[in-house]
Amino acid sequence: MSNAENTTAPADVIVEMRDICKTYPGVQALKNASLTVRKGEVKALMGENGAGKSTLIKMLTGAETLTSGEICIHGERVPRMTPAISEGLGISCVYQHMMLAEHLSVAENVWLGKFPSCAGFVNKAELVRKTVKVLDDIGYGGVIDPTERVANLTASQQGMVAIVKAICRDAKIVIFDEPTAVLADREAEELFRVINLLREQHLAIIYISHRMEEIFKVCDTVTVLKDGQYAGDAVTKDIDEDGIISMMVGRELSASHYDDTRRIGEELFRAENVTNNRVKDCSLSVKSGEIVGIYGLVGAGRTELSRAIFGSDPVKNGTFTVKGKNARISSPKSAIDLGMSLIPEDRRRQGLALQLSVRHNINLAVYRRNDVLGFIRTSREKETSRKFVESLAIKTPTDDQKVKNLSGGNQQKVVVGKWLASEAEIFIMDEPTNGIDVGAKEEIYALINKLAHQGSAIICVSSYMPEVMDICDRIIVMNSGEIVANVDRADFDEEDLLSLAIKTRED
Amino acid sequence: MDNREKIVKKLLNTQVVVFLSAVVMWIALGVFTDEFATLGNFQNLMKQMAITGVIGVGALIVILTRGIDLSVGSLIAFVNVILAMLLVNTGLSIPAAIVVVLAVSICLGLLNGVMVYDFKLPPFIATLGMMIVLRGAAQLISHGHTISTMKLSDFSWGKFIGIPYLFWVLIFVVLIAEIILRRTVFGRYVYSLGSNEEATRLSGINTRMVTYGVYMIAAFLGGIAGIMLTTRTNQGSPTAAQMFELDAIACAVLGGASFAGGEGNAIGSFIGALVMITIYNGCDLLPNVDSNWTKVIVGAILITTVAVDQFRKRRTGQ
Repeated sequence: MSNAENTTAPADVIVEMRDICKTYPGVQALKNASLTVRKGEVKALMGENGAGKSTLIKMLTGAETLTSGEICIHGERVPRMTPAISEGLGISCVYQHMMLAEHLSVAENVWLGKFPSCAGFVNKAELVRKTVKVLDDIGYGGVIDPTERVANLTASQQGMVAIVKAICRDAKIVIFDEPTAVLADREAEELFRVINLLREQHLAIIYISHRMEEIFKVCDTVTVLKDGQYAGDAVTKDIDEDGIISMMVGRELSASHYDDTRRIGEELFRAENVTNNRVKDCSLSVKSGEIVGIYGLVGAGRTELSRAIFGSDPVKNGTFTVKGKNARISSPKSAIDLGMSLIPEDRRRQGLALQLSVRHNINLAVYRRNDVLGFIRTSREKETSRKFVESLAIKTPTDDQKVKNLSGGNQQKVVVGKWLASEAEIFIMDEPTNGIDVGAKEEIYALINKLAHQGSAIICVSSYMPEVMDICDRIIVMNSGEIVANVDRADFDEEDLLSLAIKTRED
Repeated sequence: MDNREKIVKKLLNTQVVVFLSAVVMWIALGVFTDEFATLGNFQNLMKQMAITGVIGVGALIVILTRGIDLSVGSLIAFVNVILAMLLVNTGLSIPAAIVVVLAVSICLGLLNGVMVYDFKLPPFIATLGMMIVLRGAAQLISHGHTISTMKLSDFSWGKFIGIPYLFWVLIFVVLIAEIILRRTVFGRYVYSLGSNEEATRLSGINTRMVTYGVYMIAAFLGGIAGIMLTTRTNQGSPTAAQMFELDAIACAVLGGASFAGGEGNAIGSFIGALVMITIYNGCDLLPNVDSNWTKVIVGAILITTVAVDQFRKRRTGQ
């Protein structure tokens, strides 16, 4: 897309990333991605979840090394980017969760590693004086006390400290990664004011956010990534929300995993008006044999909703109906006794006891149903694990093997096996193919279809749209903790779904 | 070849290495001292080992859940004092007094569990507080005096097929603990709680009860150890059992327990106690060796064992 600014001298170009490719085992995260940022420009980097935004930034900060491609900073090629080189070149990143030492003071954080000192003793007066000066520069003199502990500041003030810290390190390029996720509206306004200040000082700024209105408020230009590829550039004043959304979508779907031979039967689960501090008034239902997707961007409340209906997070309000009967779900145990199961997002942290055996993990939820006076019936224990290791084709030498030695796909199958052993009929799967290689993904999709085919109800939570569009009968879209749409398969449309998930909610 | 390597790897785990080092020490002590390899000394060794071993099993069960119990030494002193006072100052029969002190121990264990689970105190802090409180309470109740009682002394001299009753108690405790850990639902929950608390909770397991359970078992075993100590010393002393909690933790760790939770077993604690007591006993017997060397050696062995274990884990992990 051509525009007037393209004619400015190339000397203005501070960051130039060309044809960046990054391959992880089994996954190509970036494929010919490009990004150009000029002096005094605020560049929005946009794309769906998993489009490769963070991976691209990691190349720039040296957190990851690229597989192929070229990075030029200030017109000079950087053959091998490392965190040290990146910092030396003045690249600085302000993360969503500020990387600050909370127990230290503002001044100490700002100058961490660069304390004014004499013979190892910190010159405190000098430290405070220097901090006051930089705080004054961004209009925070007198607002933030340099001697205050960072833990006592508000989220937005912490953000300012992080920015000041970046500026003090002679930053020429500042990256903001979802900076407003933890800020209230007024605090975000403050952030935009400071970003404008940085622009006036001719810094190059990369701004990552899902929030459309911010892009139009603070950014000059936008670069869109799609599935790890460069999808286009635009000047924000020449484009609207729909224009950007249409750049973000439009993939070719791979071979379908949708199974249309399933018979959808009675309603197995219904939740109404589920509310807690992360989700608001969510209602959903799922029938026997049905696969329902829950889609939303990061932070939309997908995981929080799935944890709430499984009883693992407290609920302020909400009623549940399981197999036509009123049900009380107050703990994971009560949910499990009703035939529910949760396959958590992070199986290593929440799904599995990694140091323990496959057998132990598969039986974990059923030990309490399978004992004589507290003693385990070991023959039944073995029988259960043998049955599911076989039927799920879990690749393990024996069921005594520690789960941590299994591959991601097989670990996921162990989690599924645990719930099959507990005779679950309602499966809540949070990112079921997270961190699983392509071949194993196919197996997991086949498994989901098989479960539904046998009459289970499946809720598949995912931030990856092609996945939910592929296998689901229905997609529930979440945005800012609320359910904003319930779309039937016949009406699936990438652009509509994304726009429901991404657009600013007006209350 | 591959198979043989696997077998070697399996055999050369921490417990086996620690056990072999005990055997080496026995042979050396047998050769270099006249007294070590005598029936009398072995019986003495068993008696010494009994108390440490019992609380070593208690420490293990807590460590399996990623916790720690520092209060057991003070608990022993507390039990020691109240048991002696019950026997001397009240008309309570011996069995009744034993039931009372065990009940008190279990309640104190429950309190530890409540602090850890409900008040979310780090186990180190909760049981450190309990350790200080109980030591003070023992002093207060006894007014700092030692209370003598000979009523239980027969038990410490008693033997069955040449083995002291005290050691039979240890054998019994280790066996029961092994059965609980290996064969019961509770045992499975202990391991899974230590391995991954969130996954355990999401599998519908009442982690509160498991937490209460392990601290109650540890305190119960502390109570048993307190009674055993009373039979040996024939007195209730508020300064008894100093630093016993650390010996107990050392036993568990020497026996292969991991502070990361989910790893270790009761037989390991038994072997850990065996090694420790062999060193204590051996250094006392060796001529011209200052008995203070025992602590230096035990500490060094503890550090070496765990360091070697960590090194091996890191290597096999790659």
